[in-house]
Amino acid sequence: MDKKFGIKEVVAMGIGTALFVVLTNVQIPVFFVPNTSLQPRMAVLAFFAAVFGPIVGGVVGLLGHALGDALFYGGVWWSWVFPEGVVGIAIGFFAAKYAVKEGGFNTKSCVLFNIIQVVANAVAWIVVAPVLDILVYSEPANKVFAQGAVAFVCNIVIIGILGSILLTVYSKVAGKSSDLKAED
Amino acid sequence: MISYEKKDTPIHKLSGFTKLVFFLIWCLTSALTFDTRILLLMILLGGIIYVVSGTKWKQVSGVFIAIMFFMVINLTCIFFFAPYQGCEIYGTRHEIAHLFGPYTLTKEQLFYEFNVFIKYFTVIPAVFIFLVTTDPSELASSLNGVGVPYMIAYSLEIALRYIPDVQDEFHRIRNAQEARGIEMSSKGKMLSRIKNTAVIIFPLLFSTMERIDVVSNAMELRGFGKKKKRSWYSRRKLMASDYAVIALVIVFFVVTMIITFHDGNRFYNPFI
Repeated sequence: MDKKFGIKEVVAMGIGTALFVVLTNVQIPVFFVPNTSLQPRMAVLAFFAAVFGPIVGGVVGLLGHALGDALFYGGVWWSWVFPEGVVGIAIGFFAAKYAVKEGGFNTKSCVLFNIIQVVANAVAWIVVAPVLDILVYSEPANKVFAQGAVAFVCNIVIIGILGSILLTVYSKVAGKSSDLKAED
Repeated sequence: MISYEKKDTPIHKLSGFTKLVFFLIWCLTSALTFDTRILLLMILLGGIIYVVSGTKWKQVSGVFIAIMFFMVINLTCIFFFAPYQGCEIYGTRHEIAHLFGPYTLTKEQLFYEFNVFIKYFTVIPAVFIFLVTTDPSELASSLNGVGVPYMIAYSLEIALRYIPDVQDEFHRIRNAQEARGIEMSSKGKMLSRIKNTAVIIFPLLFSTMERIDVVSNAMELRGFGKKKKRSWYSRRKLMASDYAVIALVIVFFVVTMIITFHDGNRFYNPFI
């Protein structure tokens, strides 16, 4: 097993998915558009992607969304499952740059994190989700793009606020424990 | 929430892998086709499997009502955003009644929305049955049995195993915060609700990170990931019935695709 994908990542994938699924039920409705609301679980997804990288982020998004849909709503809306994976993978790709675990999540990495999350969400919810909705369900274009746009705004707001705070605080806590130095 | 229940039915006896394959192909079929006849057949088959699996209505009724609510909003939304989507798809226009403004009710629109409705509904029995009849440990071991790396199979098992635990933790934290007077219901304003949600997410996330440390340390101490293979307590070999089900669902998929696409598009058009 190479170092990058070890036991910790396997466990993080599993428990992260479980946490994401549990938070499916925690939603803050904003507009009266079906299936869109402020979802704190998105912040958790961004957190896991930023800490553990793209594979964990992608799996937590895909599997978490599919399982969450299935367990709470009894159906799986595949057209909205895949974009979730896109967000997780995209944010996770730059995990090394944020250096969350090393305690290096400062203003600069916070700005980078937010730029990436906005781009990732734009691709996922304004492009991938509506296109899949049209391909799979032949839903009217204006409806799905309106839904996608609302989801996009909701997600960047919740990740921007809650995600950034979670990462900043965790980075401070996690970075502190590495006071030991190797002796010469 | 839906959860696994141990029972003795033909469907419980199938391997988890078989049910997963069935579930995924079933979803794929439902996603690709828009043929009313096939969708209705799928609902009928789903209903039969539902009865055979011995699933109690009580286990799934709460979730079922939630879906109905979602569907009503979604279908209303489709109508208000695109009242003539059906006419575009089927190429004809049979008006039933003029409602108001630019909105006229047409037969095509009703038929199209009926199709969207039953399309969602074809997936539901498959989801219910998969979740109610599949033992998570057995699913993980059977996935590993057909060649999925056990690291991946194991993380799926961890996910299913820890959902109830994390759920408990979530309820504990929420009760504690509510006892401190933090408003969690829909009464609060949006900004204060974000803040109050954060009050729950913080401890939950940090305890989760701790749990990840504890579990992964425990697994490391027991030598997880050292060897290329591992044994499973709940390993079950694929039996003849498993192969039969997999073969059947693949044949079903191919036949439905042929029926759906033989006339060039995926809609069944009763209007011409």
